[in-house]
Amino acid sequence: MHRFLVKLSSSSSPFSNQLRSLKNQRLILPLLPSSKPFTSSSVSPPPSPLNASNRFGYPYSADLFRNLSPLNPNSRILGVNGITSSRCISSEAVRESIEYDVLIVGAGPAGLSAAIRLKQLSQEKNIDLSVCVVEKGAEVGGHIISGNVFEPLALDELLPHWRQEHAPIEIPASSDKFWFLTKDRAFSLPSPFDNKGNYVISLSQLVRWLGGKAEELGTEIYPGFSASEVLFDASDKVVGIATKDMGISKDGSKKENFQPGVDIKGRVTLFAEGCRGSLSERIIKKYKLREEVNAQHQTYALGIKEVWEIDESKHNPGEVIHTLGWPLDPKTYGGSFLYHMNDRQVALGLVVALNYHNPFLNPYEEFQKLKHHPAIKGILEGGTVLQYGARTLNEGGFQSIPYPVFPGGAIIGCSAGFLNVPKIKGTHTAMKSGMLAAEAAFGALHEGLNMNTYWDNLRDSWVWKELYAARNYRPAFEYGLLPGLAISAMEHYVLKGKVPFTLKHGKADHEATDLARKWTPIVYPKPDGVLSFDVPTSLYRSNTNHDHDQPSHLRLRDPKIPEKVNFPEYAAPESRYCPARVYE
Amino acid sequence: MSMNPFCEIALEEALRIKEAGFAKEVIAVSIGPSQCVDTLRTGLAMGADRGIHVETNSIFLPLTIAKILKSLADVENPGLIFLGKQAIDDDCNQTGQMVAALLGWPQATFASKVVLDKDKNVATVDREVDGGLETLNVDLPAVITTDLRLNQPRYASLPNIMKAKSKPIKKMTVQDLKVDIKSDIEILEVTEPPKRKSGVMVSSVDELIDKLKNEAHVV
Repeated sequence: MHRFLVKLSSSSSPFSNQLRSLKNQRLILPLLPSSKPFTSSSVSPPPSPLNASNRFGYPYSADLFRNLSPLNPNSRILGVNGITSSRCISSEAVRESIEYDVLIVGAGPAGLSAAIRLKQLSQEKNIDLSVCVVEKGAEVGGHIISGNVFEPLALDELLPHWRQEHAPIEIPASSDKFWFLTKDRAFSLPSPFDNKGNYVISLSQLVRWLGGKAEELGTEIYPGFSASEVLFDASDKVVGIATKDMGISKDGSKKENFQPGVDIKGRVTLFAEGCRGSLSERIIKKYKLREEVNAQHQTYALGIKEVWEIDESKHNPGEVIHTLGWPLDPKTYGGSFLYHMNDRQVALGLVVALNYHNPFLNPYEEFQKLKHHPAIKGILEGGTVLQYGARTLNEGGFQSIPYPVFPGGAIIGCSAGFLNVPKIKGTHTAMKSGMLAAEAAFGALHEGLNMNTYWDNLRDSWVWKELYAARNYRPAFEYGLLPGLAISAMEHYVLKGKVPFTLKHGKADHEATDLARKWTPIVYPKPDGVLSFDVPTSLYRSNTNHDHDQPSHLRLRDPKIPEKVNFPEYAAPESRYCPARVYE
Repeated sequence: MSMNPFCEIALEEALRIKEAGFAKEVIAVSIGPSQCVDTLRTGLAMGADRGIHVETNSIFLPLTIAKILKSLADVENPGLIFLGKQAIDDDCNQTGQMVAALLGWPQATFASKVVLDKDKNVATVDREVDGGLETLNVDLPAVITTDLRLNQPRYASLPNIMKAKSKPIKKMTVQDLKVDIKSDIEILEVTEPPKRKSGVMVSSVDELIDKLKNEAHVV
C-alpha cells in the first residue's frame, strides 16, 4: 500500500506558501507500468529517486521532504507512562497536524455545552471560531451512561427553546420515593430528594441530541477518535492532543491497515473526558492543580446499571425511587436507583462507593442480589433486560475540585468533578462548567482576557453555591451509616451547608481496602438467569465489541504487583471489582 | 449506522485497484433512508471519489436492489462492480448474482483473491467454495462479490474524514432511475429461535434411559 504524507497546517509559517500549492494537489507516486498482472498483495514500494523513506518503508517524494520543516523539534509529548520524550520528527513518520481555535476532548454534556456556547458567542459577536470535538466512542452518546434524573437548569440557560426543539426530555419526574431496605423488607422514609421540575431521561439520547445541535451550529465532531497523548510546546503549554495509532496487533506490530494517529491542535484545549479522564488526570498531576487550591483527593463510586422493559401494569412513567441499606453493609456507602422512563422502560442501578473495606466485596454481585429483593423483584418480574453498563462517578464534591485552568486550556465536567453527591446529579453542573469555560475561552481568544476568568466565574455561579451547600453530606458517612443519615437529615432540614466547617474525606479509596485476612469471603448466590445474570450475559448486553487483535488497554506499571501484593494480601480484589471482568 | 462488513471489504478492494492504477474512479452507492449518507461518508473517507445515494424509506428485497444497481450501471458504465457477498441483516447472498444476471455480465462470488489483467481485460478470481478454492477467469466488465479473507479494510483517517465532507454525494430517487419496485415477496414475520431449555439432572442411569426412551424418544 502506498502512502503519501502531507503536513496540512493552516498556521502561517515560512514554508506555508510552498505547502499551500502542494496542499490541493493529489500527490501520486507513479507506479512503473508493468506487463505483469497485478495483485494487491504483491505490492512493494518502488525505489524513490533519492531513497528518502522513513523507517516504515513509506517512500517520500524527495521534493516534498525538502520543503517540510520538522513539525516542532522541541515539542514534547507526555506519554502513557508519564515519561516525557523529546520527539525528533525527521526520524519518524511525520504525523499530520490539524489546527483549530478550540479543541474539546470528549463529546459529553460538558464538552458539547462548551462547543454550543462557543458557537453561539461566535455568532453573536460575528467572529468566526473553529471548534473541534473528538470523541472516543464510535458515535456521540455511545460512551455515556447515567441514571438519569435531569435538572434542566443549565439547559434552560444554554438552549432556552429546547422544549420546542424535540429534545429527548419528555417524562417529568412524578414522585420521589425513598426506601431503606433490609434483607426482606423495605421501609419508606421521607425522601431527601425533591425532583419536581426534573425529568427522567436517557443521557445518551440527550447527548446525541446535543451533538446534533452542536453540529448545526458548525462544530466539527469526530467520533471514533480517542485522544491518547497531550501535546506540549517548548514552554510547557498544552497545544493539543494526539489521537491513537490504529491498526496495531496484539504484540504491538503494525497490521496491514495501520493508520498513524494525527495531532489535533487548539489555541485553547478543553478536557471533558468524564470521571477520571486519562489525560485530565495527567494534566492535574503535571501542573499540580489540586495542590494549587488545597483540594483533597477525588473519591469515587462505581455505578452499575441495567435498562429493563417491564410489565405495562407495573410501569409508572416519571416514578423515581432511591434506596439505602441492603444489600450493602452499614460501613459501605452506596444505594440503588430505579427510574421509570417511557416505553415501559425502567433504569435500575446500584452505586457502591469505592472506599469499601471488605476486599471480597463484588459490586456486580451485590447488584444481582439487589434485584432479588421483594420490593425490586415485584417491579422487574415479567420483564426483560435490554441493556447493561457501568461507569465510575465522582463523590469528592466541593472538597476535591482542583484548580481547573492550566496553560493552554481548562478542565470541565466530571474530569474536574462537579457532581452534587447528595442530589446524585452531575449533568447540570457539568454543562454549566462547559458553558463558563467556553465564555472564558472566547474572552481569551478574542478579548485578550485570561482563561482564569473560568475559575472566577465558576466561583460566582450557582454551581459553586450548590456544591458548597452539599459539601458535608458524603464525608459524614465516614462515621458510619446511621451517623451519616443523622447528619444528612440535619444538613437537609436545618443546616443546608451553612456551617463554618467543612468535613474532610477519609483515606483515598485505594487506601481504604482492608487486608483479606480480616474478612471472610462473601458467598454470592448463583444467577438465576431471569433476574440475575452472569457477567458474560451482561457483557453481551453492553453492546461492546472489541477487535481481539489489538494491544491490551491495560498496562501495568509493575507486572509483579498482582502476584506479590494483590493476591497474597488482598485475595486478588481485581477479579471482583471490575463489572466487566477485564482482570483475568 | 455502520457499513456492512462485506461491503467494507468490497470497497477496500476497489480502492486498492484504483491505487494500483487500474481504475480511474471509485463510486460508492447506497440505497436506503437518510442514515445511508453516514455510511457513504465513511466510504468517501476511506477513499471513494464520489457517492450516490438512492433515497427511500421502503425496505427493498435483493431483486429490487439489483434492478436499481443495474439502472445505475447503465448510466455510469463501470468496468467492475464490487459487492459484499451478503448483508448481515438478511443474509440473503443474492444481490450480486442478480445484478450480474440482469446486466448479462459474468460473475465471480465469494472472492478471496482478485488479480486483474488489463491487457487481456480479464480478472482471475479465487473463490471460496465448500470444497476448497476455485479459480475463475472472468471477462470484464464483471460483478465480483467479496468474502472475508479478501483483504483487511483500512481505517478512515481523521484528515480523510475531513476531506470527505467536500466530496459529492448525488441524491437520486427510484423514480429517477425508472425502476419497477413492486416486489413479488412479502415478509410475513420474523421470530427468535426457541430459547434453549435448561437441562434436567437425573439421579441414576436407569432414570436417564427412561427419559431418553419415553420423553425424548431417541432410544
